[in-house]
Amino acid sequence: MIGIIDYSLGNIQNIKNALEKLEKDYILTSHRDDLKRCDTIILPGVGHFGETMKKIEALGIKETLIELAGSKRMIGICLGMQLLFDTSEEGNAEGLGILNGEVHKIVTPLPIPHLGWNTLKSSSEFLNDKDVYFIHSFKVNNTPDVIAVSEYGTNIPAIVQKGSVIGIQFHPEKSGETGLKILKQAIEGGFQNEYYSGYRHH
Amino acid sequence: MIKKRIIPCLDVKEGRVVKGVNFVGLRDVGNPVELAKRYNESGADELVFLDISKTQEGHDLMIDVIRDTAKALFIPLTIGGGIGTVDDIRQLLDAGADKVSINSAAIKNPELIKEASDIFGSQCICVAVDVKYDAADEDYYVYTHGGTKQTGIQAFSWVKQCADYGAGELLITSMDHDGVKEGFDVEFLKAANQLVNIPIIASGGAGESGHFVELFKETDVSAGLAASIFHNQEVEIQDLKARLEDSGFEVRQG
Repeated sequence: MIGIIDYSLGNIQNIKNALEKLEKDYILTSHRDDLKRCDTIILPGVGHFGETMKKIEALGIKETLIELAGSKRMIGICLGMQLLFDTSEEGNAEGLGILNGEVHKIVTPLPIPHLGWNTLKSSSEFLNDKDVYFIHSFKVNNTPDVIAVSEYGTNIPAIVQKGSVIGIQFHPEKSGETGLKILKQAIEGGFQNEYYSGYRHH
Repeated sequence: MIKKRIIPCLDVKEGRVVKGVNFVGLRDVGNPVELAKRYNESGADELVFLDISKTQEGHDLMIDVIRDTAKALFIPLTIGGGIGTVDDIRQLLDAGADKVSINSAAIKNPELIKEASDIFGSQCICVAVDVKYDAADEDYYVYTHGGTKQTGIQAFSWVKQCADYGAGELLITSMDHDGVKEGFDVEFLKAANQLVNIPIIASGGAGESGHFVELFKETDVSAGLAASIFHNQEVEIQDLKARLEDSGFEVRQG
């Protein structure tokens, strides 16, 4: 069973649609006992980092998530990925600290948000050269666990993984058939041992 | 590298897709979910639904259209038309919209752009700007109500303001070019794009593939939008993408 965390803040309809298409059972929840029963936890996508962390604390599930990260598959999507890290410049807030790295505003000569279809670069053949849909203004810096990146006048970590914890910066639920395949792979096993050697830390 | 986006726009009235020339003389061209599926299969990068219903019933039907479309395909959906409040935006996002496009309401109350960006994130707040050239003033002005009402607001200044208020994207329609099929207003779009650092979707005037090539050669806008030429299959998106690729632009493959 997959538990999608309901922060009552952003749009989660599209994650639900994607899981239905993939025929995966899920529940929508913000309760720690429900999360403990799930084998996979998804932290979904849109909103403000600081506000969402406040909500996670108010729901009393911050410690639960940190504790469960070691034993369950945990998938953070877009903002959900950023929440897995130590800190963010968006709202000057602390994250869950499950993965090491900081979230900063994207510095690039190109328009912000980084919005549209961009290509993944990865050592994994399954991911390399695939076009996926991004929409974000912040990115993770200084993380050691990069599986795939995208180029946008700067190096953008697109997929990270450490053990059973996976972060996906783009929206697999909005990236057509390619995205659904990537989401399925994340749920069913992830992308481990395929660290991307081309990643630069800034 | 980021791809140039090709976006079909579906004008939806009472749950059905319609498209007129210069916004007059509407013509029914189909079922929105069916059209959306066709576009998904033919390689559209994103879809814009523009709700031109004026009734509450039309609004409810639009929510159903979004819901059904978001379940059937997995590419980004932007919804515009008649959005006036933060509550409207919330309803549309909850139904499965990825972005909303605000037009008249933003002109009436620019604070709405800021408020909505703060709540939902600027990435999902697109401001639609309809512009028309005034030959007497030798300047571009912002229009509302389907291009019938001049606001007295200078278009360049408004474009800049939208970005300052926190819009995540702009959808700029050149009313003089819309429906004429003689090409985008590259002059205005180029200048507008240089004023802001957010993505711009260009709209109005596409009649053939060459117009998109011209758009991306002459300006740095992120996307090109069109309606009837796609609905009537005068231009197939896959052919258009092949043409763009031949011209040296990166486009998304399937």
